[in-house]
Amino acid sequence: MDRRTFLHSTTAAVAILGFPSVLRAQSGPLRIGFPLPLTGPFAAIAADQRRGAELAMDELNAQGGVLGRKVEVLFRDDELKPATGAQRTKELIENQNVDFVVGGLAAHVQMAINEQTKKSGKLFVSISQSDEISAKPDTSPITFHEALNPTITGRAVGSWGVQNLGKKWWIVYADYAWGKQNNAVFTDVVKKGGGTILGSTPYPLGKPEFSAHIPKIQAAKPEVLLAVTPGADGVAFMKQAISFGMKKEMKVLVPLHFLFLAKEGGAELFADVYGGTNFYWELADTLPQAKKFVDASMKKFGAPPDGYAGYGYNGILEVARGATLAKSTDAEKVADALRKNPVYDHYKGKQFWRACDNKSFQDLYLVKGRAQAKGEWGYFEITGKVPADEKLDRTCAEKGHA
Amino acid sequence: MTRGPLAPVAAWIAAHPVVSIVAFFAVLPFVVPYTSLATQILVYGLFALGFNLLFGYAGLLSFGHAAFWGLGAYGAGIVLAKLGWTSLWGALAVGMLAAGLGGAFVGFFALRRRGIYFAMLTLAFAQLFYFIAFHLADLTGGDDGLRGIPQLPLGLFGWSIPLKTPLAFHYFALAWAALAVAGLQRVLRSPFGAVLAAIRENRDRASACGYDVRRARLLAFVFSAVITGLAGSLDALRLNVVPVEALFWSTSGQVVIMTLLGGAGTFFGPFVGAATFLVLADRLSLVMTDSWPIVIGSIFMAFVLFLPKGIWGTLTGGFHGR
Amino acid sequence: MPDITLSALAAQIFTGLVLGGILVLLAIGLSLIFGLMTVVNFAHGSFFMLGAYAGFFVLAYTKSFWAALLVAPLVVGVFGLVVERLLIRPLYGRGPDDPLLLTFGLSLVLIEAVKLLVGKVGLTLDPPAPLAGAVDLGFMKFPAYRIFVLAVTAVVLLGLWLFLEKTNVGLVVRAGSRDALMVRALGIDLGRVWFLVFGLGIAMAGLAGILAGPLRGVYAEMGVEIIIEAFVVVVVGGMGSLPGAIVAGLLIGQVISLTTFFAPKLAEIVVFVVMAVVLLTRPSGLFGEAGLAE
Repeated sequence: MDRRTFLHSTTAAVAILGFPSVLRAQSGPLRIGFPLPLTGPFAAIAADQRRGAELAMDELNAQGGVLGRKVEVLFRDDELKPATGAQRTKELIENQNVDFVVGGLAAHVQMAINEQTKKSGKLFVSISQSDEISAKPDTSPITFHEALNPTITGRAVGSWGVQNLGKKWWIVYADYAWGKQNNAVFTDVVKKGGGTILGSTPYPLGKPEFSAHIPKIQAAKPEVLLAVTPGADGVAFMKQAISFGMKKEMKVLVPLHFLFLAKEGGAELFADVYGGTNFYWELADTLPQAKKFVDASMKKFGAPPDGYAGYGYNGILEVARGATLAKSTDAEKVADALRKNPVYDHYKGKQFWRACDNKSFQDLYLVKGRAQAKGEWGYFEITGKVPADEKLDRTCAEKGHA
Repeated sequence: MTRGPLAPVAAWIAAHPVVSIVAFFAVLPFVVPYTSLATQILVYGLFALGFNLLFGYAGLLSFGHAAFWGLGAYGAGIVLAKLGWTSLWGALAVGMLAAGLGGAFVGFFALRRRGIYFAMLTLAFAQLFYFIAFHLADLTGGDDGLRGIPQLPLGLFGWSIPLKTPLAFHYFALAWAALAVAGLQRVLRSPFGAVLAAIRENRDRASACGYDVRRARLLAFVFSAVITGLAGSLDALRLNVVPVEALFWSTSGQVVIMTLLGGAGTFFGPFVGAATFLVLADRLSLVMTDSWPIVIGSIFMAFVLFLPKGIWGTLTGGFHGR
Repeated sequence: MPDITLSALAAQIFTGLVLGGILVLLAIGLSLIFGLMTVVNFAHGSFFMLGAYAGFFVLAYTKSFWAALLVAPLVVGVFGLVVERLLIRPLYGRGPDDPLLLTFGLSLVLIEAVKLLVGKVGLTLDPPAPLAGAVDLGFMKFPAYRIFVLAVTAVVLLGLWLFLEKTNVGLVVRAGSRDALMVRALGIDLGRVWFLVFGLGIAMAGLAGILAGPLRGVYAEMGVEIIIEAFVVVVVGGMGSLPGAIVAGLLIGQVISLTTFFAPKLAEIVVFVVMAVVLLTRPSGLFGEAGLAE
């Protein structure tokens, strides 16, 4: 193919791809936009979110859809970047006329998404860990936050930890918003629980080099080591901790465990490491709704759902529930309907929305890594539960409401 | 220098850049799938235009142009979000000023070196700005980004023009882009523009002719920074957030790609490059949600191998860059 | 300020040496390729990553880490040669921007291809059992594997030096990077030398990758951050200078390591500050365009 032909056909292809799509009438499918980081370092967790959303979509459509309309979830890659997340949200709203937006994995991305949904008057359910999304000035009457946030996670896991694991702590944390928030909350909770923080080590996110710090930490002899080391940093940290023999000397704790991270790192990596999670698939043994959720996921994907699948699942189902209650897809009406009917239980037990800040409260579980995985997915065992409690989060006044 | 199929068109466009840009972007919202895509192309095209002044016309490859984009964005964003200003004029002016000052600062140091060393110095400074923005979280929002940039109307001769709809904002941005293009045209046609061209073609000879090479380059650098800063400020208004990634080297890399795709050293090339890149990214990620970067990467490589002058450069058969 | 015990400081210096070693392996390849061919290879980080992945598969297939260590760089080097022949060779003579853009696109493609073929989730690369533990050096314990990485780096550098100083081909490489025109005028075919150098540089990146795998895990984006640091090293040392790459690599490794220890918040930016200072005081880096000779 010579240059000219190549150029002409490419131009034609671009023009065709770029042609505006046909407008759809309101009686068409009910569309939910779902931006998430399908590419990038957290792609595996985003895939988990996506699977949960798809299960919800299947369920709703099997029951005849919502308001008589078929449910469509439109996934878009936000590349873990706020500017891209904002642009994809614009595309979903302007080009695809979505009725709702659910999604986000990274805190900074979902806040950019939120600016767009607020601007366009679309209801947004965020499924990302963030303290700010439900607080002023970011929040709005049509911004809902389904996921846990560092305050809740920190207080729950921290208070459980100081009661059950030990009183003398050392914290290693990534030097960015999520890491710093966790550090602050855990420090506060541990002290309130009668413990002491022997030391606190920040490190630059994405540069997991801990060899110098580890001897120092070992010398201080903490009982509990809290590793606020997200994603690949966590894997690197665990490897280094093991090679220095730390696991034998102290209990290791992470704020959150992820099944797919454990699978990636191998059972040995997270063996005996404690952590929090909003959902672990072995809950199917004790909760019928969890069993239903896990079975559906195994059947469709051959893999169990993890915490973020649960968020994706809930996000879609709650938007549907709100629309059904309000008999409308108008953002404010649906928001009101959800606030007036705040209790829900789709896959793991009772959850509820707090009216003043649209924050979801849910049970949190403590899990521990098994030395050897049980079967293909049994990397953790459940060691505790912290029930949903408003006191675990900041009060609405503290968040700037009221 | 072969004449491409669109050479007469290109000649006309080069002679009437403002009209061309206005016509193209006035129509674009109705051609692409949704208006905000057209605005994104406009803003990034302006970014590339600013970069191209330095790269295509002055012959200096900068790896740190995100610095001025980010300074523009934060400048405008901070006065609106944190200081409570309500004038869009004021915000844009502050953005451009911040970017211009940044350009003078970085240019003063970086222009002491040439080639890859110059490029790496610009990168170093951009990373420095990134670092500062990341850690001055009270002012900039840190890595969560600057949020709370309000949606404001434009105050014009006593009228208050709402910019709430995507189309209204698009034309607002277009007006500013037209001004920038007009300004750039004036500069390039002036004696200063001729000096720049001389320096690009043969630096030592220009110096021997008595031209102050460093001063000319510094001026070009600052002007480039101001245009880039304008683009950044417009983007802050467009997104109502300033992500800290705006200052990161990946953003600098993006504008290099867009400019090279379109064709460096042409007026229209940066806009063509931005359009190609952004439309591809937008549409490809619909059909291949997971692996579209592989297609984009392959297309880049194909362009480099077969269309080294960029799309516009090839279509118009020649350009005065490199 | 953390407590500065001798053992902690020594540990940090060791860590800096290990990091420096990896950077040196990367930087030498980059510097050779640029010095000889004026090609800025943005895909270098992807070859680093491929080395780690290749190592994983060779290890899985042969159950021998030593085999992986030998084979992976070779595989990556050969792949690099194919890339050079097919993609970069057509671009010679077009100026420095085209290879830059091409290798950038290539890096995107390689990262995504790996994720498509192998999966999005990263892999675990374990060091061999004898190297898995910690060595007690008396005043501190240090992971044996890291000492091994230092040893391998030293051996490779020694081998490279011998090659450049003691062989005819090495002589051509050194002369060619100093004055390519003259070497050609003497009737020597530089094309084949470039080919070899490119393959060698890529192989070293692959080696760095497999060495780094057990330290940080193997994942598709693992080359993205480190390549920036490698570029800084090359520029600080002086493009095209082999001693420059070594000195700068070790220096930057220490700078990163010590800053992480004393002032973790500054660790991200200190590399760029050092680079800016060096560039502003010495126009062409520490060892300038002195070529591959001293």
